[in-house]
Amino acid sequence: MPTPAPLIEMRGITKSFGAVKANEAVDLSVAPGEILGLLGENGAGKTTLMNVLFGAYAPDAGEILIQGQPVRITSSADALAAGIGMVHQHFHLAPRLTVLENLLIGIPGKSGRIDRAGGLARLAEIGRQHGLTLDPDLPVSTLSVGEQQRLEIVKALFRGAKLLILDEPTAVLAPSEVDGLFSALRSMAAQGLGIIFISHKLNEVRALTHRCTVLRHGRVAGRVDDPANTTSAAMAQLMCGHEIVPPARGPSTPGEAVLTLDAISTSTHSGTALRDVSLAVRSGEILGIAGVSGNGQRALAEVISGVRAPDAGRMTIAGQTVSRFSPREVQALGLGRIPEDRMTTGLVTNLPLADSMVLPRIGTAAFSSKGLLKPDAIRTFAEEQIKAYDIRCPGPMTRAGALSGGNLQKALLARELAFDPKVLIVSQPTRGLDIGAARFIHEKFLDMRAKGCGIIVIGEDLEELLVLCDRIAVMYEGRIAGTLDSADATIARLGLLMTGAEGHG
Amino acid sequence: MSAVLEQIFQVGFLAAIIRIATPLAFATLGEMFSERAGVLNLGIEGIMLLCAMTGFTATSLSGSLWLGVLVAVLTGMLMGALHALFTVALGLSQHVCGIGVTLFSSGLAYFLYRLIFGQQSVPPAIKGFQTLPIPVLSDIPVLGPAVFNQFALVYMVIIAIPLAAFVLYRTPWGLSVRMVGENPRAADSAGVSVIATRFQAVILGGALMGLAGAFLSMAQFNAFTFGVVSGRGWVAIALVVFGRWDPWRSAGAALLFAFVDALQLRMQASGLGHIPYEAFLMLPFIFTIVAMAVMSRNAVAPSALLKPFRREER
Ligand SMILES: Nc1ncnc2c1ncn2[C@@H]1O[C@H](COP(=O)(O)OP(=O)(O)OP(=O)(O)O)[C@@H](O)[C@H]1O
Ligand SMILES: [Mg+2]
Repeated sequence: MPTPAPLIEMRGITKSFGAVKANEAVDLSVAPGEILGLLGENGAGKTTLMNVLFGAYAPDAGEILIQGQPVRITSSADALAAGIGMVHQHFHLAPRLTVLENLLIGIPGKSGRIDRAGGLARLAEIGRQHGLTLDPDLPVSTLSVGEQQRLEIVKALFRGAKLLILDEPTAVLAPSEVDGLFSALRSMAAQGLGIIFISHKLNEVRALTHRCTVLRHGRVAGRVDDPANTTSAAMAQLMCGHEIVPPARGPSTPGEAVLTLDAISTSTHSGTALRDVSLAVRSGEILGIAGVSGNGQRALAEVISGVRAPDAGRMTIAGQTVSRFSPREVQALGLGRIPEDRMTTGLVTNLPLADSMVLPRIGTAAFSSKGLLKPDAIRTFAEEQIKAYDIRCPGPMTRAGALSGGNLQKALLARELAFDPKVLIVSQPTRGLDIGAARFIHEKFLDMRAKGCGIIVIGEDLEELLVLCDRIAVMYEGRIAGTLDSADATIARLGLLMTGAEGHG
Repeated sequence: MSAVLEQIFQVGFLAAIIRIATPLAFATLGEMFSERAGVLNLGIEGIMLLCAMTGFTATSLSGSLWLGVLVAVLTGMLMGALHALFTVALGLSQHVCGIGVTLFSSGLAYFLYRLIFGQQSVPPAIKGFQTLPIPVLSDIPVLGPAVFNQFALVYMVIIAIPLAAFVLYRTPWGLSVRMVGENPRAADSAGVSVIATRFQAVILGGALMGLAGAFLSMAQFNAFTFGVVSGRGWVAIALVVFGRWDPWRSAGAALLFAFVDALQLRMQASGLGHIPYEAFLMLPFIFTIVAMAVMSRNAVAPSALLKPFRREER
């Protein structure tokens, strides 16, 4: 594609948080109609750079030019006025307010009142142009994640954005929703919008973007001019500075069943209920649970981890029947778990990392005695894990919330694996993780499998499940729609089961 | 017994309810605006007391009632700004600063009052607001004398309630207030200044608390005493929860509380003399506690209430 004058140019951007240099002398530019991929490992500084562009963070050095003119962007209001819109990794919406109210925030009214009619007209127009339709009067809390993201995009367009920043938009989407997003983005680019697209999924980057900028440790590590014709391996090498080989899953020798579910059912309390679910995981085996999210995966994970008691059915861990269904009981029986949402159910974001890392076992003799904590033991444990798992952070006393996503996930994994669980249940283990970190996590799972741990991986990414799992069960409307040996499983067959088309096991 | 009931529910009863409800409604609306923006203002009790004092003093020195009201409102805004300075600009604990503001304001009120009026055996009084019958409307039977033969400040609160609802739900500023109280980050990324919006909401809240204080010392008691507020500020905080952070419901909560209070006053005055009067005094507060316990179960506070906003924190 020809290179028109850049729409936005960032020059020499530097930004530090205390001792951490999140960005260092970064240059980046986007032309009108161009989709730029922004790549980098977890913690490379992608989000920080975009927050600088969007006026949320003040850079320590560097300048921003819009159509060749230097501008000062010191707040989001400035960025919006300059035509920059951003869809954040964690959405910036007020769940209790309606779609329209979330759209109209900060928009001047008409004769002192909220301009409802004008807002509705504009919303309809954007819907027509890019196929982004939304019901204006629904509270945001009732929208699906995909719809919330659509609202964020519409919000930016509503304010006349000429440049749209999307921070890992596909991390929260089901594979089927990604296509819709991509066609909307292409339609916007065709109309001359510039787009910055952040993702860890290199096949998406190759399919969508025109050009890429790659960050490593806060600096520009390189640029990719023709992503469609560049291999994922080459991009990964640019990101990490070394080659990434996918882990090889050797043959397994499964032993005894370490976790069994026998005709488990739950009531419809929140989300889809389980209906008569039976499954078994043997030691030395990785069982995948595939399915479009919202088909009972949440309930399954909650039952197995003892957060929710089933209404009917029996569960055993390592041969022992679970009777009371409390997290403490299943843990004592040998279950480790890594929840889906690392920020809310995983770690305590306001506590030091070290405390979060021992939280589930805080009452054990290792970390407390006679009702008092042993701070030194906790600290030492955290330090060891930080080293063993290469968790990038200033130290064990860092606030957990300040870690990047990949490092949080490593911390959670370290926490669970340190106690040699007999069964491990993980949800979306590599969501939002860069390929290096994902690779690392996969390797750990395979190590555990070799040591005889039984692992359940709940996920939506079929490619990941196929690489990792020995067997894959598919959930559909709260039931197990079928189970396939990974040797026989293909994306097509799994896809069919996921839509409920093939209803036997 | 029927004689007792008759005495309780005589014509003046409705008027008394409205009169008791007025300062509570002002205070509750004020606290509601502040909390909707995410700032709990525990300074309310002290702010009301200080405003009652400054308003009274201004009137007593100048002879002008409306000047007194203006001074009370300005005092409220100033104290609101002080609370916002600590909690919004500096991001300090809202609980601690609120209690600090109450202690400071009360102390200042006592101090200034003594300084200006000295120690007098008979506390100075002013000629406060007089009832202002509205032609035609005040002739409606029952409702007329109760609602339309009241102090000017009562009419103001009657207008303030729908106005508050309009501002909160229909204006861009009101939307900003709600957004800032729910998800300040969303407001910030939409170009709304979280700091400015919170300041404005807390200051507006202070102005309404000022009106509440002015009503007490300039319409209800026509004098300033150290017990002039006596817990009404704390009650307003409960009423905001009871009213689920909504102007109409909050005003309704104030009215309900006033009903119970008026009832207990009448019961004290009526033939039930063998029961100690303190028992009746407790009634409205027991009502508040019970109402809170029942209502706050499914009441959802603004999500960002108590949380300071710092842009670069994640
Ligand atoms: N608000 C903050 N306070 C302190 N440190 C921060 C803050 N934001 C980012 N950092 C640090 O700056 C570095 C870059 O973080 P950033 O979020 O920009 O990475 P990223 O490339 O977006 O990673 P990810 O792919 O995990 O989202 C990290 O080391 C992170 O811990
Ligand atoms: Mg990021």
